[in-house]
Amino acid sequence: MAEYTLKLRRYDPHTGEAPYYEEFQVDLEPHRSVLEAILQVKAQQDGSVGIRCSCRAAICGSCGVRINGRAGLACHTHLDKAAKTGVNADGRTILVEPMGNMPVIKDLIVDMDAVHWKKIQRVTPWLLAKEPVPEREYVVPHENMVDVTQTMACIQCGACVSDCLSMEVDPLFVGPAASAKAYRFVGDPRDAEQFERLKDLAEDPHGIYDCTHCFNCIEACPKGVAPMSQIMRLRRVASGDHHIEDRNNGSRHEHAFVKNIRRNGLLHEADLVPDSYGGKFHPRAVPELIASLPIVINGLRRGKMTPKKALLHEHKAPKEVKRIFDVVEGRDQRYELNLYISGTEDDESEAQA
Amino acid sequence: MKVAYWPGCVSRGFTPELHGSMAAVAPLLDLELVELDRACCSGAGVIAEHNQELADTLNARTFALAQQVEGAELMMNICSTCQGAQGECQERLDANTEYRDHVNQTLAAEGLSYEKGLTNKNFLWLLVEEIGLENLKKKVKRPLTNLKVGPFYGCYIVRPTDRLGIDDEHPRDQYLHWVIDALGGTVIDYAGAYKCCGFPIITMNKQNSLKQAGTHLADATDADADCLVVPCPLCHLNLDLQQPLAAKAVDRDLAMPVLHLPQLVGLALGLEPKQLGMSKHVVKPTSVIDWSSAVVGAPAPAGRAGW
Repeated sequence: MAEYTLKLRRYDPHTGEAPYYEEFQVDLEPHRSVLEAILQVKAQQDGSVGIRCSCRAAICGSCGVRINGRAGLACHTHLDKAAKTGVNADGRTILVEPMGNMPVIKDLIVDMDAVHWKKIQRVTPWLLAKEPVPEREYVVPHENMVDVTQTMACIQCGACVSDCLSMEVDPLFVGPAASAKAYRFVGDPRDAEQFERLKDLAEDPHGIYDCTHCFNCIEACPKGVAPMSQIMRLRRVASGDHHIEDRNNGSRHEHAFVKNIRRNGLLHEADLVPDSYGGKFHPRAVPELIASLPIVINGLRRGKMTPKKALLHEHKAPKEVKRIFDVVEGRDQRYELNLYISGTEDDESEAQA
Repeated sequence: MKVAYWPGCVSRGFTPELHGSMAAVAPLLDLELVELDRACCSGAGVIAEHNQELADTLNARTFALAQQVEGAELMMNICSTCQGAQGECQERLDANTEYRDHVNQTLAAEGLSYEKGLTNKNFLWLLVEEIGLENLKKKVKRPLTNLKVGPFYGCYIVRPTDRLGIDDEHPRDQYLHWVIDALGGTVIDYAGAYKCCGFPIITMNKQNSLKQAGTHLADATDADADCLVVPCPLCHLNLDLQQPLAAKAVDRDLAMPVLHLPQLVGLALGLEPKQLGMSKHVVKPTSVIDWSSAVVGAPAPAGRAGW
């Protein structure tokens, strides 16, 4: 047995009082879960502690909380690991707070309906079947269903939504869980509306191009869904297969960046900004370039950039780099390796040993 | 120690002070940098978003060039975005022989081939794991006494932990704290240390991007930091170059100097701010420069220790 200090964030909006932190001592073996510790507190010390849970086996997705600042399932986090997590970890104290980006109902219980489920509903989370619908079952190629397997592992716990850094500044962002759900149907060959789904998510100013690649959702997900990777796949299909030009400059930025590297080998920043808005002389680019003038002038004045450096970028192997672009982009189909599905050889050899 | 050195693009473009300060600091750390000047951009995640195989092949080429550098113990970068983007490609290349062979076929025309198992470390990791904090402490000539530094890790070298090899043995997500401490500075904890600077969406959603940068800068200001330190030039662009606009986005007066990691190390190792290109920052690092000329190695005045 070991002693842990459970520091819980308490808050009950009905009382009109401000949130506060309360410490409880628990005596449990290190491999027991944070949820077991919370339930022990509830049973033995304070029955008013609010926590939502059900299966206690990382299947139902009910007990999402923030443990030492990171979202996860309370039932899926061992006490010893939790006590060691975070810069200020002391091996004994475990801070448990409600998930972020969602309103608190009471203590550790958040309103999933107000945020998470609204966003899931927003992506039309059901199959819009291709016509004619067969009388019996659809026959779908195995590899197509394997492709969406990763997104189907989601248990709707909301951990990714809690820690999404884009949503912190833009609560309207469609977010990681809903985007992963969207790929579930975008990647399904039975669905009739792949283009429409992608167009909708690309055109939304709070859609797939609002993600900053921060990896927080990948880190938070207890089921390996990697929502950010699904967002990148949505972008890849939207831009690469459907050539959807969105008003957020997402697709243009991607193409401008890729062309920039093809041409220069190294990133040529001075071209990237105007190209992302459609080129230096495009009406869309003009206001953006004017808006960024003070930044450019400031940079020039401080010697951060020089006109020569900004305009001339030498690379020592331009032909070699271009050749790789030509070979890979010349293929009939994109070649993708999804490690969630294929696994790694090291894992396989360990399993055999 | 000899390393195959990948400086990235931005350190030679819009943040030239990063490349310059690394070159100035390297000899003081007995580091021999062999620059990979034929390698190309890591893709910063954007090329992978466009075409995964393309990003993997371009980076496999960089890895193969690094493996050709005679006597180099590993590959080192000074850009965490490169670390993250290259690490993602390397994970796929190392995981599957068939895939690696397929990618190497494209490289064969240039006589290159990537062999599984390259070690690629950001300068921050190299400082702690190869040079060592005790060794670093011995080299300090001007301890950062009383300088309150906020670590800004950003995203790419702290997440995802599995891929980046962050575990109990290698708590790489605490290294900036350790380095600041080893250099004699005071670590300032603030809300934004592990958050995103917002740079990747600056052309897609400028307001959200600047709000992220502005929020972290304001949090660090409220926590009484003298400056921030970053291991990534892209974070530097949003936190320093864009700081005047970020201040407007969060409606705050901000004047937070943002230092590149080699600049902070260089100051403590006795180099002058000008040698480290600190005059090139948009937010003048006045508080840091005043510190470096005024309170060299001075004991902490009573009542001002910590914050």
